[in-house]
Amino acid sequence: MVNEAFLKYQQRIQNLSAEEMVLNMGPQHPSTHGVLRLELITDGEIVNEVIPHMGYLHRCFDKHAESMSYQQTIPFTDRLDYLSSMNNNHAFVMGVERMLGIDQEIPKRVEYIRVLVCELNRIGSHLIALGTYGIDIGAFTPFLWCFRDREHIMGLLEWASGARMLYNYIWVGGLFYDLPVGFEERCAEFVDYFKPKMVELNELLTNNQVFVNRTANVGILPLDVAINYGCSGPMLRGSGLKWDLRRVDGYSVYPELDFEIPVGKGEMGTKGDCWDRFKVRIDEIGESLKIIEQCVKRLQKELKRSPDFDPRGKLPRKIIPKAQDYYMRAENPKGELGFYFIADGKTEIPKRIKARGPSFNNLSVLPAICKGVMIADLVATIGSVDIVLGEVDR
Amino acid sequence: MSLAEIKLLLSVHFGEDVVLGEETGGLQPALLIEPAHIANVCFFLRDHPLTYFDFLSCLTGVHHEKENRFEVVYHLASIPYQTQLTLKINTEKPVNESVLPSFPTLYHVYRTADWHEREAYDLIGINFEGHPDLRRILLPDDWEGFPLRKDYKSAEYYKGIKID
Repeated sequence: MVNEAFLKYQQRIQNLSAEEMVLNMGPQHPSTHGVLRLELITDGEIVNEVIPHMGYLHRCFDKHAESMSYQQTIPFTDRLDYLSSMNNNHAFVMGVERMLGIDQEIPKRVEYIRVLVCELNRIGSHLIALGTYGIDIGAFTPFLWCFRDREHIMGLLEWASGARMLYNYIWVGGLFYDLPVGFEERCAEFVDYFKPKMVELNELLTNNQVFVNRTANVGILPLDVAINYGCSGPMLRGSGLKWDLRRVDGYSVYPELDFEIPVGKGEMGTKGDCWDRFKVRIDEIGESLKIIEQCVKRLQKELKRSPDFDPRGKLPRKIIPKAQDYYMRAENPKGELGFYFIADGKTEIPKRIKARGPSFNNLSVLPAICKGVMIADLVATIGSVDIVLGEVDR
Repeated sequence: MSLAEIKLLLSVHFGEDVVLGEETGGLQPALLIEPAHIANVCFFLRDHPLTYFDFLSCLTGVHHEKENRFEVVYHLASIPYQTQLTLKINTEKPVNESVLPSFPTLYHVYRTADWHEREAYDLIGINFEGHPDLRRILLPDDWEGFPLRKDYKSAEYYKGIKID
């Protein structure tokens, strides 16, 4: 059963003018970062129109969530944005805790551990974004360096949770386990190891003249367009707006921590271009390192591990929120991750959950900012959006 | 601005019958809006200097099977004021099964609604009048039915292949 709009779209493809040509980019193209298909209507090297086709990785998150309890849904949230599973867990769990009304009772140590692992994961996610962006532009070395450093983070998180990518570590009311003995010290070591590596990466890629020429003044996203399309995260901040939900909503223990919100300034070209978005991610890694240092200090001093501390102590026996609906939003590495819950108040199974993925909205702006650009610049722009198809398709 | 002030603002500008009610039971209170006016209301709230709800965070289609109605929930956020607002619109399920429940589109107010409305059409089967490109977005274009409806029965065959 195809509808009118689909027939209109087919007509558009069939009635191309003589100069135009359809070029399918993806779903197996390396620079689409997953199974995204972009249908390009080109005139020589110029892209006249971009028509994205998604859904190759659709796994019915919403439908699955309607048939299992909140606790059982947490592993599914891992698979939304599989590069930042901790952040997904955290957002989902906070939403459920607020509906249950237990969000003020979570022990401080648990909150600090959550923030610590989330920020580690944020660095890991940004490292992939930066490294693969280098590959899109044609620089191979930064990719290997980023993956080498990300490996340390994966090792740390594997040590804590037992899994390398899909952690299921943050639970409603607590954690899967306390941190292993010696984790805080290893984190501090990692920060000391990683800081000089970022300086190297900046020398190699960020301030590289070839890289700057390929990314500055390319894929400019004006701020009003970004807001109207619902862009968030580094996309929105790259366009020059200080908007970070960790500060705006002040959830978890972020109000107690000291960090800056980097924004794009148009240093190399125009405000909101690909280089600005790249630079925002670089700066955010530095801020995350600051947060990790503060968390580690706190966890080693006033919130020290003690034998009677049980991260599962506050776990509710049955998770049955009152009949209500709640929209939880949190700052993921990619932007605003939202979960909309509708609870019926009788069962452990939610009536409806909708996940609002940041990549989904960030990607939707692509057809608007890629009209009339060269194909090579389109590749540069997609990379700077930093999409994860697990979250676009859900 | 508080919810009561927004409600007052809307009823002064549009008249009494635009805001049908409010839900204040949960953590996030919501306003029920007359579906025909939703685009005008959002346009007004977006540009009014006292509200500036310029960011559409999320748009959700919901099927309430027991009440036999469809609902669309809008989560607006104001960047200058750092506030949030929930709007809801409802309609009865049409008697004729082949007619989709229909709401006005927000495409021209927030471009975020473009893909979110396509998703609601794709999974719940809600028609958005005036949307210029209401194609399926996540499922194949020739998919039958709307999977997120509570009464959805999964198909036995897909293109002649039996599904186990």
